[in-house]
Amino acid sequence: MDVQTLTYLLVGLSFALYIGIAIWARAGSTSEFYVAGGGIPPVANGMATAADWMSAASWISMAGIISFAGYDGSVYLMGWTGGYVLLALCLAPYLRKFGKFTVPDFIGDRYYSQTARTVAVICAIFISFTYVAGQMRGVGVVFSRFLEVPVNTGVIIGMIIVFFYAVLGGMKGITYTQVAQYCVLIFAFMVPAIFISLLMTGNPIPQLGFGGEVAEGGVYLLDKLDGLSTELGFAQYTEGSKPMIDVFFITAALMVGTAGLPHVIVRFFTVPTVAGARKSAGWALIFIAILYTTAPAVAVFARVNMINTINGPDGAGALYSEAPSWINSWEKTGLIKWEDKNGDGRMFYAADGRNEMKIDRDIMVLANPEIAELPNWVIALVAAGGLAAALSTAAGLLLVISTSVSHDLLKRNLMPNITDKQELLFARGAAAVAVVVAGYLGINPPGFVAQVVAFAFGLAASSFFPAIILGIFHKRMNKEGALSGMVVGIIFTASYIIYFKFINPAANVSDNWFLGISPEGIGTLGMILNFVVAFVVHKVTGDAPEDVQDVVESIRYPKGAGEATAH
Amino acid sequence: MSFETKEHAKQYWRENVKIMLTLLAIWFAVSYGAGILLVDALNEIRLFGFKLGFWFAQQGSIYTFIILIFVYVKKMNALDRKYNVQEDEDQ
Repeated sequence: MDVQTLTYLLVGLSFALYIGIAIWARAGSTSEFYVAGGGIPPVANGMATAADWMSAASWISMAGIISFAGYDGSVYLMGWTGGYVLLALCLAPYLRKFGKFTVPDFIGDRYYSQTARTVAVICAIFISFTYVAGQMRGVGVVFSRFLEVPVNTGVIIGMIIVFFYAVLGGMKGITYTQVAQYCVLIFAFMVPAIFISLLMTGNPIPQLGFGGEVAEGGVYLLDKLDGLSTELGFAQYTEGSKPMIDVFFITAALMVGTAGLPHVIVRFFTVPTVAGARKSAGWALIFIAILYTTAPAVAVFARVNMINTINGPDGAGALYSEAPSWINSWEKTGLIKWEDKNGDGRMFYAADGRNEMKIDRDIMVLANPEIAELPNWVIALVAAGGLAAALSTAAGLLLVISTSVSHDLLKRNLMPNITDKQELLFARGAAAVAVVVAGYLGINPPGFVAQVVAFAFGLAASSFFPAIILGIFHKRMNKEGALSGMVVGIIFTASYIIYFKFINPAANVSDNWFLGISPEGIGTLGMILNFVVAFVVHKVTGDAPEDVQDVVESIRYPKGAGEATAH
Repeated sequence: MSFETKEHAKQYWRENVKIMLTLLAIWFAVSYGAGILLVDALNEIRLFGFKLGFWFAQQGSIYTFIILIFVYVKKMNALDRKYNVQEDEDQ
């Protein structure tokens, strides 16, 4: 069978599976809709969390980014996994014991303030929409390349699927669908990686393979790549070129941001017990680490392969007329460009004036199986895997948006008298509206989707994380401290990012940065500022009321954790 | 109050925080320490084809993170039982 037919078959089968699960796991109450009734076993929850967490960006783009950035790409690997340690040790068990549905719920109740709740709702909705637009776009790209339908049709098909199981199933439907999606996405990522590792190093385990010798023997793969990089004018692959302070701050912003993202935190409300919440974070990290430790290996394999294909085994450039078919098919999508500057009919890739290629980092994963000449069914898998990653994340985010509207905004703020049934109806309505808005953003992407990702992490790091940590570990912290901390943290981080990314992008170079910290890493400083302001204001305004302090005492040990409740 | 005495509650919390801080120290050491601050020095050491600092940044830190969480789970479950504040069995 040809690649096209196989792709349709695999994508069609996976979609049928997701819809089947959605029908089987319909939600009947708000508790089931918001937190799956708090009844998901830790292993399944860990798997769903991993699928929720690993977005189109992790699946399609991350290995590509590392492939081009080398050591500097480590910020994403450490940043997006290390956050789970913070979650497991500092947040998840306590938030589970607190027993509410959402992050704004915790902020609003812990700091006895509707203002705090409203600020938290706005942050949660903003962060989630930023993310979800990128997912829908990812769906569109995969459809257009692999199924050869227009990007817009792809987005609409994706919307219908997500609509179906997010609106119908709520958290319960989403969680079980995500378990299936995790299996699809990890299988589709690992199979090509194992194949390529075997081809290039003779070792079937990619994590070991990229530290091994090349299949012809004699030289370590990484040494070969370092040599190639230097020859072509790039920085050494294993050394990187970012200043250390920036690497430090970006890693921290991503870690803390991860631990502050509402769609990740809400996952730990879905397990039955506090002990389960702790364990669930561990399982989530195992499932995430399978992909995250393979990605840097894929990055190395893909880069060596790509350089060899384009520059030819002798390093003099390969003839364009004899180029493999993947170069032509990706040229059509605009992700590869060749400009024959010296008119010799040969392609050449380098960091200096000799360069004739423009290569988008996203193709490092999408085209990798083709570059390595793997069988057709492996190529077809990539489409199903990319879609699983994008859809699972989109669904999780849509749920946070709908919960924020129906629960935090309507039930807890504007219309406290609605019944459970009405609330569920509003939740479904909000999810439906959110799907449509997300689809619109996917079809008409704002030019800055990539930039706003830094925004989402920075905001989560500088707002939610300190407020939650202080709420648990500093029982006398009052609402004045927490609120002013959040506001100062957000305003500082947002202004820095908006200035360098949107107002004056020309000035976005390290000389102009404060202490050499890039906008991607500034959330770390925003977080520190948040803590400092909170402490100072608390000192001036006095302790939180006794009854609030008693509640904080009670979330510090597991006994008596019931199902998550609204009040 | 589920603890037998107020003193127990204090002790439980103190031990809890101690476990957490110890594990966070390791968390910091493998990622920010070995993977970033000391990366150049560790890169002088080789682990097969890997420079050690590079390996910590792209592999070792992640493996350590997983171990840390499961050690935490084990220690905390033991601590809960010691002070008899674990959840009921039927949950």
